[in-house]
Amino acid sequence: MSEDIEKLYKDMAQSIIDGDSDISVELAQKAIAINMPPLDAITKGFVVGVNYIGDQFGLGEAFLPELVMAGEAMKAAVATLEPELLKLGEARETMGRVVLATVEGDIHEIGKTLVGTMLSASGFEVTDLGVDQPAEKIIGKALEINASIIGLSALLTTTMVRQRELIEELDKENLRPRIKVMVGGAPITRDWATKIKADGTSEDAVGAVKLAKELVGKA
Amino acid sequence: MKPKLSLLDQALVSRIIEEACQLLLKPGIKVQNAEARKLLADVGAQVDEENMVVRIPEQIVHKALETVPHEFKLYDYEGNPKVQYGGDAVHFDPGSSGISVLLPDTLEHKTAESEDLIRVLKVAESLPQYDAQSTAVVCHDVPKDLHDLYRLYLVMLYSKKPIVTGAFSNTTVHHMLDMLAIFSGGRDALRTKPRAVFDVCPSPPLIWSNFGAGQLIVLARAGVPAEIVSMPLAGAASPVTLLGSVTQHAAECLSGIVIHQLAHAGSPIVWGGAPAIFDMRKGGTPFGAIETAMIDSSYAQVGKHLGLPTHAYLGATEAKVLDTQAGLESGMGVLVGALSGINMISGSGMLDSLLCQSPEKLVTDAEGIAMAKRMIDGMKVQTEMLATGFYEGVNFKGGDFLKQKITMQLFREEQHMPGKVIDRDSMRGWRESGSMDTFARARIRVKEILASYQRPELDPIHEADLRTFVLDLAHQAGLDKLPSLEEIQLV
Repeated sequence: MSEDIEKLYKDMAQSIIDGDSDISVELAQKAIAINMPPLDAITKGFVVGVNYIGDQFGLGEAFLPELVMAGEAMKAAVATLEPELLKLGEARETMGRVVLATVEGDIHEIGKTLVGTMLSASGFEVTDLGVDQPAEKIIGKALEINASIIGLSALLTTTMVRQRELIEELDKENLRPRIKVMVGGAPITRDWATKIKADGTSEDAVGAVKLAKELVGKA
Repeated sequence: MKPKLSLLDQALVSRIIEEACQLLLKPGIKVQNAEARKLLADVGAQVDEENMVVRIPEQIVHKALETVPHEFKLYDYEGNPKVQYGGDAVHFDPGSSGISVLLPDTLEHKTAESEDLIRVLKVAESLPQYDAQSTAVVCHDVPKDLHDLYRLYLVMLYSKKPIVTGAFSNTTVHHMLDMLAIFSGGRDALRTKPRAVFDVCPSPPLIWSNFGAGQLIVLARAGVPAEIVSMPLAGAASPVTLLGSVTQHAAECLSGIVIHQLAHAGSPIVWGGAPAIFDMRKGGTPFGAIETAMIDSSYAQVGKHLGLPTHAYLGATEAKVLDTQAGLESGMGVLVGALSGINMISGSGMLDSLLCQSPEKLVTDAEGIAMAKRMIDGMKVQTEMLATGFYEGVNFKGGDFLKQKITMQLFREEQHMPGKVIDRDSMRGWRESGSMDTFARARIRVKEILASYQRPELDPIHEADLRTFVLDLAHQAGLDKLPSLEEIQLV
């Protein structure tokens, strides 16, 4: 029996490494069917696969399509297990909650999505609101889920000013330093991040994870 | 014989256009500009207003392709034609809208300000390899509302060359057209002899934003050339296959041309782009990648098949300093672009993808451009007999060809003479002149250029009018005065 369980954990990890959402969901359902504790399925099964792909990516051995597909497979498995977690009143322990969005008037999302994938793979609970999001909606979501970080993307020199507006809004509501703000996007310089009093910026997704860990004090 | 690079056969070109037209029907094009949707609906395109998705039937595309000009020219300050868009003419301009510049002493990528753009302009103005200037970096010492037009202002003060530019909003594009009109002698004169082309960007995949489509409409009506900068990112914002991305590029350009020609039939527009593959390790958009150049060459071939003027972003690199990677990527990109007969090739001077401009790279890239231009000049039949006429009196002695009159007559036509940035010295000579690498030689060249640069003489009335116009906009943006400029006393 325990060998079967070991095999199931391994298959779960492998389904994430293979980026196969169909199989990861199937295995999550199997876990429910055999009354495996959902947290065990996540931490001893699926997360092992995410960590492996994350490490391989860090080493330059795995590539973004694999990382993204692994993230999708992980998301699908967790979504399948979530109702069981709720029933048991359990929650995954995470590095922290992050709300990501591209600012209003800007529809670029590749960089932001990558940051979301990397943060998820590193144990953050990420809510990605998508593109063209007004400040009040982003702040509202951050309060609703008790997020510790807002990640704000802007690719256009014309829309980056919205990052400043959101930060000013947070300050006005006295929501900082409770909510930290990371800014990013092609035109974003360190000078800009300092000028608008953001808590940090990074030119790439790996740096964004490092920054997020620093901001939640888990670097 | 002029060499020409063709990566596609005729059947493939036809398939690309055919599938691009299919994309215009399914999934269609997202057009986030109401006026553009109305223009499309009025000619029978099917518009889903709620989702802003437009399906464009092929006959509307063909109609637009019938009215779009196959060529046009850009003019310099004095009104001389200097840039030929159309056919296989090849021109180069510096990459535009960088946010930083490479400081040669510290290698820092410094946030760009007015003085940095001026340095770039002076260098590009002095190098004949650049047929046009670009609004090369954003100047962070002026407020955001002025960013696009202030770049153009500095180009107009420091250059006489044609200009590749672009606006950042649907309001400022009017200001920029007005600025150009001041020097041209009115909007009609600007239309007849345009000095500038405006870059206009669709958003991948298959989206014309309110801003992008708005620019198409304004420029078409102004009769000032628009340059579509479609940027599929293969594997992220477009299909992972290079051919899939070339097809998406075609769909974005065709839909742009339709909107543009519907706003004003017969206005000039360019089949251009800044596509890239998506780097699967770092998530970047490598403009120095050979596959990026392959996409460019291929879409240019498609554009040429349709009889359109062409543009591409090549000659840039992901390198952060002026190193071997910068040289080889920029050189290869420039050569591919030139061999593909692309009318305007933007990107020179750029490091760190398209983020950082460098005057030192501009002078180095100019050497690559000169080499590429020599290449496309091709093998020339200069003499009646290719070789047999050269041997009289040679008697198997090397060096005797140097004594021939014809050598002196023809060597300049056969050989391009590189500038001092290129080292062909002996070891002794190289040591004696300081054992310098390319970057060190480029730094010296930039210093020489900056020392000898003289600002062009402009009509003082034009100049005063331009300054008044921009100063007025600066006041509206909450600025007391414009940054003070060397060589220029502000009114």
